[in-house]
Amino acid sequence: MDDIKEYLKAERSQEWRTELRKSKKAKERTGLERASMPEADANKRNKNNEEVNKGLAAEIALVEASRCLDCANPTCIAGCPVGINIPKFIKRIEKEDFLGAAKVLKETNTLPAVCGRVCPQEKQCEASCFYTVALKKTPVAIGHLERFAADYEQNSGKMSVPEVQKPTGIKVAVIGSGPAGLACAGDLAKFGHEVTVFEALHEIGGVLKYGIPEFRLPNSVVDIEIDSLKKMGITFKTNFIIGKTVSIEDLREQGYQAFFVGSGAGLPNFMNIPGENYNNIFSSNEYLTRVNLMNAANPDYDTPVFSGNNVAVIGGGNTAMDSVRTAKRLGAERAMIIYRRSREEMPARVEEVKHAIEEEIEFMNLHSPVEYFADKNGKVNKMRVQKMELGEPDASGRRRPIPLEGSEFDVDVDTVIVSVGVSPNPLIPSALPELEVTDWNTIEVNPENMQSSIPDIFAGGDIVRGGATVILAMGDGRTAAEGMHKYVTEKVKAN
Amino acid sequence: MNKIIEKEHFSKLVIKLVIEAPEIARSRKPGHFVIIRVDKKGERIPLTIADADESKGTITLVIQRVGVSSCKLTDLEVGDTILDVSGPMGQATHLDKVGTVLCAGGGVGVAPLLPIVKGLKEAGNRVITILAARSKDLIILEDQMNEYSDELIIMTDDGSYGKKGLVTHGMEEVIKREKVDMSVVIGPAIMMKFASLTTKKFNIPTVASLNTIMVDGTGMCGACRVTVGGKTKFVCIDGPEFDAHQVDFDQMLQRLGAYKDQELEAYEEYLKTLA
Repeated sequence: MDDIKEYLKAERSQEWRTELRKSKKAKERTGLERASMPEADANKRNKNNEEVNKGLAAEIALVEASRCLDCANPTCIAGCPVGINIPKFIKRIEKEDFLGAAKVLKETNTLPAVCGRVCPQEKQCEASCFYTVALKKTPVAIGHLERFAADYEQNSGKMSVPEVQKPTGIKVAVIGSGPAGLACAGDLAKFGHEVTVFEALHEIGGVLKYGIPEFRLPNSVVDIEIDSLKKMGITFKTNFIIGKTVSIEDLREQGYQAFFVGSGAGLPNFMNIPGENYNNIFSSNEYLTRVNLMNAANPDYDTPVFSGNNVAVIGGGNTAMDSVRTAKRLGAERAMIIYRRSREEMPARVEEVKHAIEEEIEFMNLHSPVEYFADKNGKVNKMRVQKMELGEPDASGRRRPIPLEGSEFDVDVDTVIVSVGVSPNPLIPSALPELEVTDWNTIEVNPENMQSSIPDIFAGGDIVRGGATVILAMGDGRTAAEGMHKYVTEKVKAN
Repeated sequence: MNKIIEKEHFSKLVIKLVIEAPEIARSRKPGHFVIIRVDKKGERIPLTIADADESKGTITLVIQRVGVSSCKLTDLEVGDTILDVSGPMGQATHLDKVGTVLCAGGGVGVAPLLPIVKGLKEAGNRVITILAARSKDLIILEDQMNEYSDELIIMTDDGSYGKKGLVTHGMEEVIKREKVDMSVVIGPAIMMKFASLTTKKFNIPTVASLNTIMVDGTGMCGACRVTVGGKTKFVCIDGPEFDAHQVDFDQMLQRLGAYKDQELEAYEEYLKTLA
């Protein structure tokens, strides 16, 4: 930790940074208003797939970057799960060195253009920004600036490829190509290891591709980041299911020295209420996969999707918002969120909820479905909901919803999307009976290095957390990469 | 990219493809399936593996032309490639020695039944196999089935080959004639439903292999869910084989029809492109 502090201090005392700090008075900086993200028109965007957030213009980004005080003690960095040197990249922007800013991001973040779009910065870096903590002002728009620098680099066509160390000749495997796997693979490649990423689906990117919709994270943005990883020498194998196509043992025989399991929380939860298996009731994973990964809404593609006029999405997280906003875009007259707690307790990002409201999404808070009904063909046509009230806080710290007996009423629906969380995907744990898992079937790891009960197997992301965010998964991937690096280096030395 | 090595028409609508897939050929077991995406615009469809040759690195699939995806796939010729083949998926069949096993295959369901018949025979069981179809030209894999079965019975709805009657008639005849310890039924959902009802009457443990709609095949989406013994199960990871007496076949039939209108419309459009 001290090493990092020293390093940050040394970086901060570089001449260009010192000069830049002196170029403006702190008062001038703190007197500026936070830049707001330009957005596509709500009434138009809810009928197409265009990206909602348009990104900051360069002149706005310059002003926003000058708000950052380049603090001696940059608390924002501690709020970042992948430890981006935030003041350094922001000051690069202020110096109009946008490509340099992107380079700084890539020192520790494999997917800056992704994180600039989907990270909950308001709960992380921006929550611990000096403006938020000490000045009680709106924080520097770190997320918007991250996206600005990353997009600038992507659009410039001059993508920098992070430096990789001299090849070690050590083979390592990454299982799953979602955010955890990609972050881990990127860092392992930087250490000079020979990295292969195995992906079960036909596309690289995991949840970034099948889950998060185009209007929030365009696939092309993800593909450019993946391209950078390929340029670093990482090999990707799609349609490859570890534990099925080949076993971990097979890979050991092929000379792989360590494994990172980032297989995600790919097992949707259902509520187990009557009628939940009627047609046109989907998990959010199914609905979003059909639309995002399989392109089902495009008539040129073979995969069908049913998306009706009265769509109810059960849940209050980001995935629920993605699903309900997708339904609206596919033509729903009524697209509603049904959530058992109030608006304040919704786990979705504030920005997602705001966007959803602008797009005419209806919110039925403090309601929960208890039963579904169907027509003679088994297609859902009605949903019985029950009103809830909030009681004492539960283990999550949020007030517990309590059903109000006798408050049930029926709502007409023709599509229901169940978005009440996910469980860890069982494929890897069931292929490794000796692997220690928790009661929730997540893989047990040492949080210091993400090592599992099997020494050459490391894990991170939702397979360990059971359903978290892109950035926490990436943080795990980085921690694991360091742990794996140490492990394989010692292992090879010992032989 | 997986190359097609061999193609054989069992009938106008039922086609066998031998596909290059060395890793899958090595790791697959009876009961496993693969997910295929024919081309960039294709959907992901599950197909149970009918056979594999580890030394040649190939797997065999038997496909019935029923809609756009199965037609696109079977319109490919030897030397063409399939964009994505992934697997093997699902739980493998339990192949224990139980005594006498009655295996019933309907239509194209006979193909995935073949490795199971073979495995059951190799495990030391007496295997009686019934192949059932609407008519003679839809009976497939008769010679191979004969090789691994102690007795082979053919049933056709129209009596054009073998005995005239439904698969259930053939099954009842056997059950009334001798002691059956277990039954395996694979075929269209409606056939499995009635075959299962038949063995239930005689309390014969029965396994059915379910062919539901799937997207990813790895447990991620839940499109394949079906009620088994009052609980929701995912066919892709919990199955595809289940205790047939516990399966809610009516619900499964309903769920199989979820996209019927869209499938039909797409199929008609596809036929137009061929004309």
